[in-house]
Amino acid sequence: MNMAIYLKNLNYYYGDFSALKNLTFSVTKGDFFIIIGPNGSGKTTLMKIMAGILKLQKGRLEILDCPIESYARKTLAQTIAFVPQLTQLDFPFSVKEVVLMGRSPYLGMLGLEQEKDLTIAKQALMFTDVEHLAHRKLDQLSGGEQQRVFIAKAICQEPEIILLDEPTSSLDLAHQIRLMDLMEKLKNEKGITVVMVSHDVNLAAMYGDRLLLLNKGQIVRMGRPEDVLTYQTLEQAYGCTLLVDNSPLGKIPRVTPVPQKYMSVDIKDR
Amino acid sequence: MNTQTPSLLKRLLFISLSLALVLLIAMFLGLSLGSTQTGIHAFFQNLTGTGSSDSMLNTIIWQIRFPRILLATLVGATLSLGGLVFQALLRNPLAEPYILGISGGSAIGAIIGILMGFSRFPGVSLTAFAGSIATLLLILVMSSGQTILKKDALLLSGVMVNAFCAAVIMFLISLTQDSRLHSIIFWLMGDLSMVDIGHVGILAAILLPCFILIFWFSNSMNLLLMGKEMAQTMGVNIKAVTVILLVTTSLMVSATVSYCGLVGFIGLVVPHLLRILFGPDHRVLVPACVLGGGAYLVFCDIFARTLPEQGEMPAGVITAMVGAPLFIYLLKRTRR
Repeated sequence: MNMAIYLKNLNYYYGDFSALKNLTFSVTKGDFFIIIGPNGSGKTTLMKIMAGILKLQKGRLEILDCPIESYARKTLAQTIAFVPQLTQLDFPFSVKEVVLMGRSPYLGMLGLEQEKDLTIAKQALMFTDVEHLAHRKLDQLSGGEQQRVFIAKAICQEPEIILLDEPTSSLDLAHQIRLMDLMEKLKNEKGITVVMVSHDVNLAAMYGDRLLLLNKGQIVRMGRPEDVLTYQTLEQAYGCTLLVDNSPLGKIPRVTPVPQKYMSVDIKDR
Repeated sequence: MNTQTPSLLKRLLFISLSLALVLLIAMFLGLSLGSTQTGIHAFFQNLTGTGSSDSMLNTIIWQIRFPRILLATLVGATLSLGGLVFQALLRNPLAEPYILGISGGSAIGAIIGILMGFSRFPGVSLTAFAGSIATLLLILVMSSGQTILKKDALLLSGVMVNAFCAAVIMFLISLTQDSRLHSIIFWLMGDLSMVDIGHVGILAAILLPCFILIFWFSNSMNLLLMGKEMAQTMGVNIKAVTVILLVTTSLMVSATVSYCGLVGFIGLVVPHLLRILFGPDHRVLVPACVLGGGAYLVFCDIFARTLPEQGEMPAGVITAMVGAPLFIYLLKRTRR
């Protein structure tokens, strides 16, 4: 088998509220896998379960063909790296310190790094193009730079899988594309499986090998972007009028939400 | 990484040695200065055995000042470290045992212990520990479940717990119709004078293992500052680390409270100062807090002993006069 992640009949509850219902799907090794869906559809919950942050309640979850429960904490950290949404940090660590923390799953309690760890950290900084910021404090950087530092930290963990929770949400257009290009490069050059939660269906269309559309904790559809991003499917999930056509870049679906004032315009060939 | 920064171990050694030197200087001054005008010269003569051997001077230096300085060192180290741990665990640079009311809670426990006629150790220490754990739980329950105002909610909870503790303490003191009243009030403000070398020994036996345990978890604290979720995905057992550190810190703080009352704001001032000097890495900050915090309280105690014309004031007065304004400044700055 070459499954990076495999879920079977996964359910998750917050008290009585059923957040995820009977999910069964798998992520192929080396894929760029993007989870989309409206607010409250369970995307982040799903991501946190895959990261091992939320405990498995019901169902089965395998990481590289082994049940997630069978992993020791540090082994799991050597297999999966998680990049959460940007949060404010009150303690001014330098970029280098943060990236080196990525080595801690390989080190003892005190995390004393060897020459080899410094080399790996340096390569990770170069890969994400933040080497020039190594001695800057993290809280002095822009959102896009911080995000790339956390990705460098994740690379430092030398994982097989990287999970990202809405990494582009607070970035401007240029930084969004730069970050997505970086993740694609990571996939292509290092063979790392990238799993991302995203609100941006158009970015998902351009970068995702496979998309998973969630709504109300259930899978609406999973597959290649052109199979998932059809207006019937999307309207059903998001509950608003949408226009789906081809991007001028090629055979990539392009999704345009239709504002109320344009509803009267005749939309041909949706 | 264009410039090769010195490796962690070298840095650790350098910083520890420098701060140990500062601590030694503080201790030296502490032994020389006091309400009895001995002066550094006379102390030096006593130390080297030259000059006239004055048994009175000998008693003052070695029976009274020496245990007191050791106590100040231990208490300063403990409270600085306590502040550092709370700041890391709660991800709040303003957290500190005194501000959060943990010290107040253990003071209630300690007073109850004293009123029940227990001895300082283990009786009063245990009731103080119970009091600190109770307040810790209270604060965690009060501030949990709030996301937006989390930072302020925690501090506000602390302020209220502190006010409540202060009221209970006054209540208990009012019921005490005892000649010990003056000493209890003095003790409350952080009095370092009521110890002998035996007490210091017991305290050291409790505290030193705690220091080592906290150092063992120093890298976990670094990871925790990246956020709970990220720490968890880097292999940290969040629950275990949090419980161990909170209980250890409460134990340390209540042990010091039961010997010398409430000395406030050290856990705010010292870690903050050291963070500016040496950066936020806890593997450096833990030993730095032990040595630097010790030195800080010895210095504060020297002022407390020498500033008044007659007698002395509790060291807690000095630490609060330095710490409270700093707290206000930091609060204003983090509110930006």
